[in-house]
Amino acid sequence: MASRIEILNEGGFRSDGRRQFELRTIEIDLAQQGQADGSAVIAHGLTHVLVSVFGPREARMRSHTMHDRANINVEISLAAFSTGDRRKRSRGDKRILEFASTIKSTFEPVIQTTLYPRSQIDIFVQVVQQDGGLLQACINGTTLALITAGIAMLDFVCAISGGVHSTSPLLDLTNLEENDVPNMTVAVMPKTQKVSLLTMDTRLHVERFEEIFRLAVEAGSTILVEMKAAVLGRSSRLIESVDSSTQPHGLGVENDNS
Amino acid sequence: MRPPSPSIPEKEFLFSSLKESLRLDGRTMLEMRTPSLTFGSDLGWVECALGKTKVLAQVEAKMVKPQPERPFEGTISIHSEISPMASSDYEPGRPSEDEVTITRMLDKVIRRSDAVDKESLCILAGQRVWHIRLTLHFLTDAGNLLDCACLAGIVALKHFRRPEVEVIGDDVIVHLPSERAPMPLAIHHTPFCFTFAFFPDASTPPVLDPSHLEQRLSAGVVSISLNAQKEICVLQKLGGVPLGADDILRLVDVSVTKAKEMHSFVEASLMEDWNGRNIEVR
Repeated sequence: MASRIEILNEGGFRSDGRRQFELRTIEIDLAQQGQADGSAVIAHGLTHVLVSVFGPREARMRSHTMHDRANINVEISLAAFSTGDRRKRSRGDKRILEFASTIKSTFEPVIQTTLYPRSQIDIFVQVVQQDGGLLQACINGTTLALITAGIAMLDFVCAISGGVHSTSPLLDLTNLEENDVPNMTVAVMPKTQKVSLLTMDTRLHVERFEEIFRLAVEAGSTILVEMKAAVLGRSSRLIESVDSSTQPHGLGVENDNS
Repeated sequence: MRPPSPSIPEKEFLFSSLKESLRLDGRTMLEMRTPSLTFGSDLGWVECALGKTKVLAQVEAKMVKPQPERPFEGTISIHSEISPMASSDYEPGRPSEDEVTITRMLDKVIRRSDAVDKESLCILAGQRVWHIRLTLHFLTDAGNLLDCACLAGIVALKHFRRPEVEVIGDDVIVHLPSERAPMPLAIHHTPFCFTFAFFPDASTPPVLDPSHLEQRLSAGVVSISLNAQKEICVLQKLGGVPLGADDILRLVDVSVTKAKEMHSFVEASLMEDWNGRNIEVR
């Protein structure tokens, strides 16, 4: 193996040149994707995820309809080329099934499912590139896609990953960091500051845990700012184009690609 | 056919009693059912019961060729399939969501937390390693199958002894248990799993070790796996009702004390079983 890469060097920089608490660039594209009712492409640094939401619509199978609320169906596919080692995962892969059920149970209490009885909301997540923080990207992307689909929700869900390198907490881990340090993913509902999801699979002492956990909850609000800006930007562009098309002809009807 | 969900009176009765901090089986909110461990005559055969929930764990070892990318490491595999025998909630064939969660969690708690030292399972680098196979049989499900399975699994690994081997040059000699005392596995730490259930009404306090009905009616569970050294191995709250950060940290504190109690309990029962065995060293 080549020389070990320093997770956090003496100058306080991480392997990709970020500071301890610095997040990667978040790019959000809420443009329409094909037939989907709502869709979002979100990139946290090199992690790219595409989420499409269909519905609320009639369920494909009668058995999936519930008389008092909507059924949420989540399907995830990981592109074979999304990781360094190219491999195809089967649909029955336990990790993917768990991932899907995680997303489903995260959004079940957030979506106001009782407003859509006897219907189904399909969430399709396509992972295009993976570089750490996959769950965080999937959750943030799903929140945005649900919002663009106009589905009633109680709040945003903002997810962020965090880790601890010896004693220094880090936020928004890359793949390299994820493999090396104990890490967790936290999803926060910013209005109430409540935690709707928390997963940690690596060993970490209780005292260290508390520090990074609180930090991650706080970082949720930074993600919220980005997500809100994207949603508001999309809405204002929509309003603009509606306004311009209802105005008398010839007045600035530009084909804004929003 | 899945059994119907609990009836409305049943549900309301449970919720209203929980609101007064009363549980149907008379426990306090943060009280576990006392676990009971029954050891079989074979080493690595443990039946663990939490109230009426019962899981049988069995460990066996066999020699295999190591994976080419990890020539110095033995392998551990966990086999668990929840059969309809445990409860009519489970169906054979395609695993249900609960089942996926349980299997994944077991994998994380026992295998990925590095409880068992894999390098010590190496016999001859690149040639022969031990393959430890942990099989879990879910006998009955009366709630909280996960904690019971984790406990059974980890105790079985601690209870298990593998045959002593000797390497001379390229030859491997396996000594029968009657010749040389079998060796315990090298275990780094013993993680225990604790599951808390939450209810739709935010004023209802969380309960530890939910019973079947409590689990069915809960609006989310938090599973915390940690060892007596206060290290969290897995913490999992997959959706469900949102909780405040302080609430979660309080649960972590509770599990820290529970893990210590559990650790001494497990050590004591293993010691008791070990002392009851007649081992003749020739």
